[in-house]
Amino acid sequence: MSGQGELSAGGATNAPRVGAASSGAVAMESDGAGGATNAPRVGAASSGAVFELSDVTVRYTGAAAGGPPALERVSFAVRAGECVAVVGPNGAGKTTLLRALLGQVPTASGRALALGRDARSWARDALAREVGVVSQREEPAFPLTVREAVEMGRYPHLGAWRAPGSADRAAVERAMRRSDVIALGDRWVETLSGGEWQRVRIARALAQEPRALVLDEPTASLDLSHEMQLFELVQDLVRRDGLAALIVSHHINVAARFADRLVLLAGGRVVADGPGEAVLEPQRLAAVFGWPVAVYRLEDGSVQLYPERQPVKPDSGVVP
Amino acid sequence: MRRPSTPSLFVVLAVFAALAAVAGVGLGAAGLSPREIALALAGRGDDVARGIVWSLRLPRVALGFVVGGVLAVSGAALQALVRNPLADPYLLGLSGGAGLGAVLALVAGVVSAWVLPAAAFAGALAATLLVYRLALVAGRALDSRMLLLGGVVVGAFAGALVAGILSVSDAAQLRTATLWLMGGLGGVGWPGVLVLVVYAVPALAVLVAESRALNLLALGEEPAVHLGADVARTKRRVYVAASLLTAASVAAAGIIGFVGLVVPHTIRLLKGHDHRVLLPAAFVLGGAFLVLADALARTAFAPLELPVGVVTAVVGVPFFVVLLKRWTSR
Repeated sequence: MSGQGELSAGGATNAPRVGAASSGAVAMESDGAGGATNAPRVGAASSGAVFELSDVTVRYTGAAAGGPPALERVSFAVRAGECVAVVGPNGAGKTTLLRALLGQVPTASGRALALGRDARSWARDALAREVGVVSQREEPAFPLTVREAVEMGRYPHLGAWRAPGSADRAAVERAMRRSDVIALGDRWVETLSGGEWQRVRIARALAQEPRALVLDEPTASLDLSHEMQLFELVQDLVRRDGLAALIVSHHINVAARFADRLVLLAGGRVVADGPGEAVLEPQRLAAVFGWPVAVYRLEDGSVQLYPERQPVKPDSGVVP
Repeated sequence: MRRPSTPSLFVVLAVFAALAAVAGVGLGAAGLSPREIALALAGRGDDVARGIVWSLRLPRVALGFVVGGVLAVSGAALQALVRNPLADPYLLGLSGGAGLGAVLALVAGVVSAWVLPAAAFAGALAATLLVYRLALVAGRALDSRMLLLGGVVVGAFAGALVAGILSVSDAAQLRTATLWLMGGLGGVGWPGVLVLVVYAVPALAVLVAESRALNLLALGEEPAVHLGADVARTKRRVYVAASLLTAASVAAAGIIGFVGLVVPHTIRLLKGHDHRVLLPAAFVLGGAFLVLADALARTAFAPLELPVGVVTAVVGVPFFVVLLKRWTSR
């Protein structure tokens, strides 16, 4: 990787104007030990891990068979009252990781547990009562109102036949209040902005009354204020309601500010797992992403990464 | 526009269905007076009028109601299943497959009204699998546009095979099959109604039981799974049930297009997309619509009788164009 050599100099040349910038002199290594050492910061209701992967390997059959596994000996855990962000380059195995812990792919070896039970053994509706998922893409085929959309979160509690009762209505109301979408109740979802739609989908996940939230790139198409709003909401749900949250994101800086732990995936392996300041280490990031980066420590102690410029060389026309 | 409440929607639909039934029983080539019809319904009056009302018009109205309802419900369910508002049993190739299955059975000499729907069912299921295979070949099994395209192709293919089979069959077979293929609600009488009801009721029950899952599926397969739906099971059940409904209606009344498209969308526009309301409402409206269309088909050029599919197509095609425009401009 070409980036490595320039990294040592990185911080000095292109320092952004923040206080106390230091080019990523982070000493702590957290490989392997990460998950176990980071207890949730709030007194959460339950102590056991909400999600737990131990030594999980996932291989896709078919086209990709024979190639490297999508996940290789991955171990990590998410506890109640903890917000964990999974970061890594495209194709690192982030989506497969989510599918493994939601029991949607078989594991070639290792154990994937959701709330203490084999993730594959959960019935879909039973799991949906414990885990709310906001997936990457969703496009309703027919128009529906915000309230109708949130009410669908009650499906795992109602099944095919039972009519919604007062408890269901209360759960919908609470979820809409919590995500601040009450005022949008009668709007058609297709008229919502990207940020509003994501809040509605979080409200629907909350209407499931889950113990954990899983968000797959929830802010991919949001602007700055909506992205911050959404992360503030998720963190508040974790802090005040003791939910566990697992967020997959490409926005490493925001993830590092909000998550209790970052899990860095690359090539199907966990490269690092720990607090942002431990995981965001310049050499490691450069190797994983194939691009030189500097890392700066802000006054509040959090760390932010800063990709270096690598101008296209005049003759080659190719990005190095 | 304000949506009507569910009870008021069903009251309006019931009134409409009652009017359609009155038209279906009241209109016809024999030119019976309202008084004669009323007497015949009460079991009095002369034998000829009683025969016309009880053995011709009433079973025809009943058959039209169930066929229309069944087509509308399977259309509504298929729209949610393939997540495409343009889906219906006709466009997805189910009707064509069912028609091919039934023609093969007819040419092979099957005459039992109970066996014909089974042959049509086999044809409809084969068409479904073929449509799926076509979408898979394109590598986009979940793309509803590929499914519709595949449905049109398979439907045309089945139609060609039917034409080929008929061109080499003997005169008697040709006449039976052609008459039946043109579609129509006359000729099967009460036994035909009974066969249809026996085949349709279990399939309707399956679709009603899946209506909440269909609501979720309209969001997309991934969100539906995350909300707790067993998507693979729902898809299997809905495809089989819709195939069975289409087959039973095709066996009873031939291929009638557009009911499965026009009717569900009218309810969707009026009342929204909750399939727990949509499916039963579409059944009632579909039934009433086909009974009315049949009354029109019998009287518009009396004493000549139009195939009822002509009437549904004349209403359905402009509606389809409007829908296509709305859908593609989204």
